[in-house]
Amino acid sequence: MKRLVKGTVWGLVAVLVFSANAWSFGRKTVIKVGINAPITGDIPKVGEGTKYAAQMWLADIEKAGGIEVGGTKYPVELVIEDNESKAESAVKANTKMITEDEVLVIVGPQSSKQAVPAGDVANNYETPMITPWSTNPDSTKDRPYCFRGCFLDPFQGPVLADFITEEFGFTTAAVLYDVASDYPKGLAEFFREAWEKIHGPGSVVAFESFTTKDTDFSSQLSKINKSGAQVLFTPQYYNEVALIVQQAHELGWTGPIVGSDSWGSAETVALCGKDCYGLFFSTHYAAAGAQGATKEFIERYEKTYGYTPDDVAALTWDSLRLVQTAIENTGKITGKIKQDRKAVRDALARVKNFKGITGDMTFTEEGDPNKCAVIVRISDKGEYEFYKLVCPD
Amino acid sequence: MDLFLQNIVNGLQWGSFYALIALGYSMVYSILMLFNFAHGDVFMVGSYIGFGVATALLGLAAATGLPIPGWLILVLTILFSMFLTSFVGMFIERVGYRPLREAPRASAAITGLMIGIILETGNLAILGARRLSFPQLIESTTYQLGGVFVTNKKILIVAVSLGLMYLLHRFIQKSKWGMAMRAMSFDFQAVPLMGISINRIAPLTFAIGSSLAAAAGILYGLAYPVLDPYMGILLGWKAFVAAILGGRGSILGAALAGFLLGFIEIFVAWIFPSTLRDVIAYSIILLILTFRPHGFFGQAHSTQLRL
Repeated sequence: MKRLVKGTVWGLVAVLVFSANAWSFGRKTVIKVGINAPITGDIPKVGEGTKYAAQMWLADIEKAGGIEVGGTKYPVELVIEDNESKAESAVKANTKMITEDEVLVIVGPQSSKQAVPAGDVANNYETPMITPWSTNPDSTKDRPYCFRGCFLDPFQGPVLADFITEEFGFTTAAVLYDVASDYPKGLAEFFREAWEKIHGPGSVVAFESFTTKDTDFSSQLSKINKSGAQVLFTPQYYNEVALIVQQAHELGWTGPIVGSDSWGSAETVALCGKDCYGLFFSTHYAAAGAQGATKEFIERYEKTYGYTPDDVAALTWDSLRLVQTAIENTGKITGKIKQDRKAVRDALARVKNFKGITGDMTFTEEGDPNKCAVIVRISDKGEYEFYKLVCPD
Repeated sequence: MDLFLQNIVNGLQWGSFYALIALGYSMVYSILMLFNFAHGDVFMVGSYIGFGVATALLGLAAATGLPIPGWLILVLTILFSMFLTSFVGMFIERVGYRPLREAPRASAAITGLMIGIILETGNLAILGARRLSFPQLIESTTYQLGGVFVTNKKILIVAVSLGLMYLLHRFIQKSKWGMAMRAMSFDFQAVPLMGISINRIAPLTFAIGSSLAAAAGILYGLAYPVLDPYMGILLGWKAFVAAILGGRGSILGAALAGFLLGFIEIFVAWIFPSTLRDVIAYSIILLILTFRPHGFFGQAHSTQLRL
């Protein structure tokens, strides 16, 4: 019996060693790209856009027969993990993709709530990660392996404060934000800072908050109504935007309500309806009136999935194309995952004047691109109309 | 002053939901001496059923070309959905609670949690994670009374809630079935010997509680028209707090505590920084319970269904 057990164990070891050999000396290394996206949870539309953009990208790669590195074409595989729009699940998804699936590079997570903690995991495991949509500075700060595909909140906050001041000539503002989420909290503070710099301390007359999953904002909005604010700024996600805007109007708010790039989802208008018509928000690109490669992307996406891609889809597309460029620029895939990850990171950091569909990109030392912001107006038909372009100095 | 009155209006609306849901918790407790933790999710299911019924009726109206007014569709939606959701409640009682009636209390208590998770994830699997937008059956009109803004929806929500509570009160006090329920809550062991079957009273209790939750779900859809599979969890927990605060098993207590909870949340967010809302609101409730451990209308070691 003992011998039998021993024999079985050795047999298993032999099989394992053999199969591991067969894997690492196999003829072709498969390039695995991890996608960390909120497929379920609070913002599933964001996850859907991410997945669709990734599948479009994969279709292109497969058509070309793989990514060409140093004269050899390597097949690509996508590993899509659902982070349920939760911070802890995003961390788990990253850990799994890095240690079990052995992905070369990760695209995602999208919201700062997940990208900030998940970026820590990627950086610790020395795996390059690029978050397409996270605008909070902490996602990439002091993390050489973390990059992003969009502008930052310290840029977005002042852009909006300047825009409101110039467009409406207002001097007092109110802010309503989710205190339990990194993105709205960070942006609310950057906006307040920028606004008070222009109009003096105390010019943000109401700075009200709530917690994720709240649906009734009547108390906060009643307070804001009576505060004498001329404009309401609310950097929330699409499911909350609908509730906030409708309740504000029901409580007698008549001034403009301004949002940030989290409004840019295709669902915002679907949930919010007429209440959102005529409102402004800052974002990464405007689908209506796009030109060139951007237009091509939009048309292809519309044809395949039946609706206009939102900014998340466009940024995910750009991030994947950035990853592809970086992999091609490494010049060699060794099959040793650690070495390859380092090579991809270095290549990403070297990318210059990348022509993305959401604008040109060159990474700064922190792994953040210098990009312009677009101010979009929700038209009376519910479309996202280009209104103004604001670029960093 | 305007702000005070405005927040009274806000609190009335918000409290209506807590009150309607808390009633379901309290009724089940009075009969079976356990809390149905799936009740928050029954509220969610009711809201989705309401969505389905409303969409179907709107489709029917459009297909036949009949000019059915929005308010009629709303009334029909509430009635149909209450009816349909009562079967969800009875089904939960049949498969979840009845087989475990003789089981240890802890097993029966966690059934509710499990059923809740099944309902949430089942919904997620069937309908996907996409948010649904509840159809606006009635055009929202805002009235301005002095500095206070009231919408027709708010009035409707509070009126329907109070109406349903009154009907429930009448039913429990005046009808034969209501008397049987009160008797059952008085003595779980002896009453079945008098020819009243627990297997009829328990499903009835679940059916009534669930239909109230469904009504709450539809009213909620009117006020906050973004539906998601997890919308019932937090609201269910807080309504559970209201049920305890009202005194376990007390119908009137649950209704009053539901409104009180709504007022506390709204007023705390008004007076204090809104970030601290739940911290302060639930500290206040903890304090109340410290001095009145059996809630407003609860009595020690008694489970009687009181009004």
